[in-house]
Formats: sequence, structure tokens, C-alpha cells
Amino acid sequence: MPYDPRLVQPMREEMVRMGARELRTVAEVDQALGDLKGTALVFVNSVCGCAAGSARPGLALALRHSNRPQQVFTVFAGQDLEATARARQYFAEYAPSSPSVALLRDGEVVHFIHRHMIEGKSPQEVAQQLVAAFDKHCATSTV
Amino acid sequence: MSAPETGAVFHPGHSELHGVTVVLETRDGTLYVGRYHELTPAGVLLHDVAEHRPRPGELDRDEFIRRTLEFGVRARYPHLVVPGPDVRRVTRLVEWGAAS
Repeated sequence: MPYDPRLVQPMREEMVRMGARELRTVAEVDQALGDLKGTALVFVNSVCGCAAGSARPGLALALRHSNRPQQVFTVFAGQDLEATARARQYFAEYAPSSPSVALLRDGEVVHFIHRHMIEGKSPQEVAQQLVAAFDKHCATSTV
Repeated sequence: MSAPETGAVFHPGHSELHGVTVVLETRDGTLYVGRYHELTPAGVLLHDVAEHRPRPGELDRDEFIRRTLEFGVRARYPHLVVPGPDVRRVTRLVEWGAAS
């Protein structure tokens, strides 16, 4: 059962402040992820402070890095149920968990961070994981 | 790097493992992987739990753990209580990754 929307609003706003676009309906998910070109990150948000309390600020730190995905999206597990279920279909080989992070390139998952890789980590440690993935998959080549 | 502000953090006052994805080993060799909630009078309460039993034709334990680490926890039970006397050891899933 979803939490009181007023309770989770700060967690939504935290994502928007760092530049993520919220996907709250199936149509929004399909429009964003359906014919994806380039790199995109999908953050599956969660109310659970055990992990999301580090994941969100960790992502915010990582997005300051020079190499970063071209687009950043977020769905909210336990809140926007249908949108989250649809988003997970785009990375269905990975079991659902929240918070979690999928990094996609041209629609293919190139890196996935599960909840168990976030638990107990500081925001800085989460950021380090993400930055390593950004450097590997999002670096723009220069001639 | 300094951490920016964050939203609320829930679940105060729980045990150290609360909310952590753990591997619970039982005395009969069964593995459960799930989110630790708490130790209740009935046993250890886990959420979203995958199970591995050592049976012919099944993945061996190491491969089950490897796949779980890579692809996540394929939950068979939304909630499970493992009686205390059946529990041999509870460890964090990430520790298994570090060991492999």
C-alpha cells in the first residue's frame, strides 16, 4: 500500500532537483524508454531509508561527474505501481529491488546496481560505483 | 565529495541487519536470501525471500549465489519466518560476493 503522498514528496523533489525526470504513468515510461537512443539511467526510488537514504544523495553526487548519462529518469516503487512495473519490464532480466539503478545504452542494460549493492554504503560509496559505470559506459569520445 | 541533503530516513530503532539483504543458512543446508526484518519470538523474519535447497538437478549453491549477486533476488516468498533453532548463520549477501 503506498505511503501518504505528502510523506514521499520530499523524496520525489530530491530526484527532480538532481535533474531526474519522474515517470509516473505507463505511457510516460514507454515514451521515455520505448525507443531509447544514447545513454539513460533509471533510478527506482524507494521510501526505505535503509538504502534509499544513501542512494539518492549518492546519485546526486555522481551526476556532478563529467561523464554521465544523457538522460536520467526515476520511477517510485511502492508509490507509482504501474509505472514502476512497466519500467522494470525494460530490465526484466534483473530481479526487482528498490532502490536500484539501471544504466542503459540504446535500450540495452549495460550496468545494474541492486539494492544489496547499496545497503550499508555511504552516499560517497554509492557515487563511486556509479561514477565507475559512467566512466565505462557514458564517456564521450574525443578526436 | 560531500553528500548533499537527502530526504527522510525511516526505520529507526531496528537491529543492525534490518533492511539488509542477507543469506540465512539453515542446519539442513537450505539457503534463504532475503531482506532481514527482525528476530521475533517465532524466529527470523525475512521479506522477499529466495530459496535454495541442495537437491539433485538444482543449481549448486555457489552458482545460485553467483546468479543472485548478478541478477538479484528472485523472491519465492513475500515473507518467511525461519525458526531460531533451524538457523545456522546469517550473513550479508554482499559478503558472499566479496569472498568469491
